[in-house]
Amino acid sequence: MKARHKRMILIGGGVVLLVAAVGLVLSAFQQNLVFFHTPSEVAEGKAPIGKTFRVGGMVEEGSIKRSADGLTVDFVITDTARVIPVSYRGTLPDLFKEGKGAVVQGRLEENGMFRASEVLAKHDENYMPPEAAHAVEQASKAATTVSQ
Amino acid sequence: MIPELGHFALVLALVIAVVQAVVPMVGASRNRFTLMAVGRPAAQGQFFFIVVSYVCLTWAFIESDFSVHLTAVNSHSDTPLMYKITGVWGNHEGSLLLWAMSLSLWTVAVSVFSRNLPEAFVARVLGVLGWISVGFLSFLLVTSNPFERLLPAVAEGRDLNPLLQDPGMIIHPPLLYMGYVGFSVAFAFAIAALLSGRLDAAWARWSRPWTTVAWVFLTAGIAVGSGWAYYELGWGGWWFWDPVENASFMPWLLGTALIHSLAVTEKRGAFRSWTILLAISAFSLSLLGTFIVRSGVITSVHAFATDPKRGLFILGLLVLVIGISLLLFAWRAPKLSGGGSFTLISRETSLLGNNVLLAVASASVLLGTMYPLFLDALGMGKISVGPPYFEAVFIPLMTPVVVLMMIGPFLRWKDDELGRRMRKLAPALVASAVIAVGVAWLVGHISWRTVLGLFLASWVVLASFQLLAQRLGERAGVAMGQRLRQIPASWWGMWLAHFGVGIFIIGVTMVGSLDDNLDVKMLQGQHAELAGFTFTMQGVEEIDGPNYDAARAHIMVTRNGKEVALLHPEKRLYRAQGMPMTEASIDIGAFRDVYVSLGEQVEDGAWIVSLYYKPFISWIWLGCTLMGLGGLFAVADRRYRRLATRDAKLPAAQRVA
Repeated sequence: MKARHKRMILIGGGVVLLVAAVGLVLSAFQQNLVFFHTPSEVAEGKAPIGKTFRVGGMVEEGSIKRSADGLTVDFVITDTARVIPVSYRGTLPDLFKEGKGAVVQGRLEENGMFRASEVLAKHDENYMPPEAAHAVEQASKAATTVSQ
Repeated sequence: MIPELGHFALVLALVIAVVQAVVPMVGASRNRFTLMAVGRPAAQGQFFFIVVSYVCLTWAFIESDFSVHLTAVNSHSDTPLMYKITGVWGNHEGSLLLWAMSLSLWTVAVSVFSRNLPEAFVARVLGVLGWISVGFLSFLLVTSNPFERLLPAVAEGRDLNPLLQDPGMIIHPPLLYMGYVGFSVAFAFAIAALLSGRLDAAWARWSRPWTTVAWVFLTAGIAVGSGWAYYELGWGGWWFWDPVENASFMPWLLGTALIHSLAVTEKRGAFRSWTILLAISAFSLSLLGTFIVRSGVITSVHAFATDPKRGLFILGLLVLVIGISLLLFAWRAPKLSGGGSFTLISRETSLLGNNVLLAVASASVLLGTMYPLFLDALGMGKISVGPPYFEAVFIPLMTPVVVLMMIGPFLRWKDDELGRRMRKLAPALVASAVIAVGVAWLVGHISWRTVLGLFLASWVVLASFQLLAQRLGERAGVAMGQRLRQIPASWWGMWLAHFGVGIFIIGVTMVGSLDDNLDVKMLQGQHAELAGFTFTMQGVEEIDGPNYDAARAHIMVTRNGKEVALLHPEKRLYRAQGMPMTEASIDIGAFRDVYVSLGEQVEDGAWIVSLYYKPFISWIWLGCTLMGLGGLFAVADRRYRRLATRDAKLPAAQRVA
């Protein structure tokens, strides 16, 4: 085998490897994107049922209810326009409170209940999850458009 | 008065940085030794003034001078002294000052340990470092002055974020910054090489120890950060693929590629352009990391700033650095081609394969981290990319990396025979497969992930010992002690770091397959069972901390009736910010951790308690420690000092001739 041929094999092999790796990365990327929806979008049926996505907004005052075993927590997330009932089993982040912003990740069930697998932690008392802020902002924008 | 002094010192440091950036560069291009000689004293003077400035800021924290805005927002008179001192870098401005100080420290180190390098080369390196320093010092002074006064002063500060009041916080940021910033030295060496057109084996040998030390710091910084997240965030996880973690992981992946590529450039003169490109990219990713973490584009415990002006400044700096260095690369690199040739089956090929895979892995992290930010910035919707993506990508990309990592050292440089090597390697490969299936079956968890992880880990361990045996077998007839001593430190470094990867994989695999957790509601005297351990709630007491109040639980852990540990998880409420915090309690063991964290108190006085069983989790950090140690061994190699002396003598001898 000539040196030139060896070089071709090396470069060809490298290109095949690179294409395979890029293909792998992009397909994994496509399959694992998690989209974000506001409670209004969910209420309007724009969110998929049975697929993982995120919802953000404020935890409605007086909505947190614990089950008898103390582990399952039901609460309501609102963007001030529409609401979505959420059920979560597990430990809540330290800064999860009524009237504060929160983001949940999980699946929407047929009956309209959002079963959360994850409640996103905040790291700071004054910090509002950007998704939650975004949802409330969208809803208030929509409200002003309607009232005009 | 003191804060003004600190501010003034910072301005002086910037002025000196400008001198350091310009004068030695001009000297190097015009071949004027008097101008080049300005570099060293300028670097040291700059360091002096930055330290003065840093001490002034620390003084404001220790004395609780709440007329300084930064202190008022990030400290409190009741904060323990340790956290007043570390609070200096627990915020945007102070952490940038720490960044600038690390850069200056690296520069001084270069100015001291470069006596044997050609003057013009050192002048260029110091000049490049000077430019970076000019960028960061002006960023500090223009957008993020740490000494800004708060008038009128407030009576009491708002205290440091409770998550940061932790021993891990004392060492994590300085280590990480030393690593991040350390790549600026590799970058400066690369730019100096492009400017001078000198890029040979000697250049690679000068550059290698600096790069390796930076890599060791980064490895340690990431490991400490991961350990901090494990015990402080209270969910028992050790890596979350959070954008901030990714920001430090990307330069680590490229830095790993770089230290291997440098090895080829030193030994064989090959991969020159690739090495330069990696050095530029690793530093650019360090800057990108600083941008991601500090600009406020993502929100996390690390993102202090939300002022968009600051983000723009770093972004501008990033564009300048990448733009200028790539232009220089495009202009000069074509002259650098050449170097030793090699065939398909050679150590070069295995290293090239690993380099490409590490670069792809780094790019995949970049995609997963930046894409959501781009979409958001362009107003095209909000998405997030979570751990499933990174896991789906990393397992297939890292598997060949680990296999090649152990095959490479068995191959000869330049050319080797596949058949002969395979016969040598096959037994360990087969044995690893058998061990993997056997162990997975023994622990009752046969999944492809567990088997693959165990296979890779056994392969690394077996091949490591095979490699050691081969190395020792090379000199039959010599006493064993002498044979061991004759192996150079850099070889041990390689061996230890690779072995550490095996240990790391064992930890990741075992904790990923066998960990277990349970959330329970517990009243005093109640029991819970997890993974063969019995947890008994003995009660919860109220305690008074220095700047917090806490509920502290006493939970007895027993196994088969024998006491294992008494754990004390806490739920703290920090007074100044009214912020609740979970403080987990962990019984650390060689083969498993038992981890308990306290949730909330519910109506009937019971507490929600999270129990975790984490098999082999310490092995993750043990593996990282071995990798870091390996790096230190590699740097300690005698040939750097021996050859450095030779390099220094060479021009002198020529002059005499």
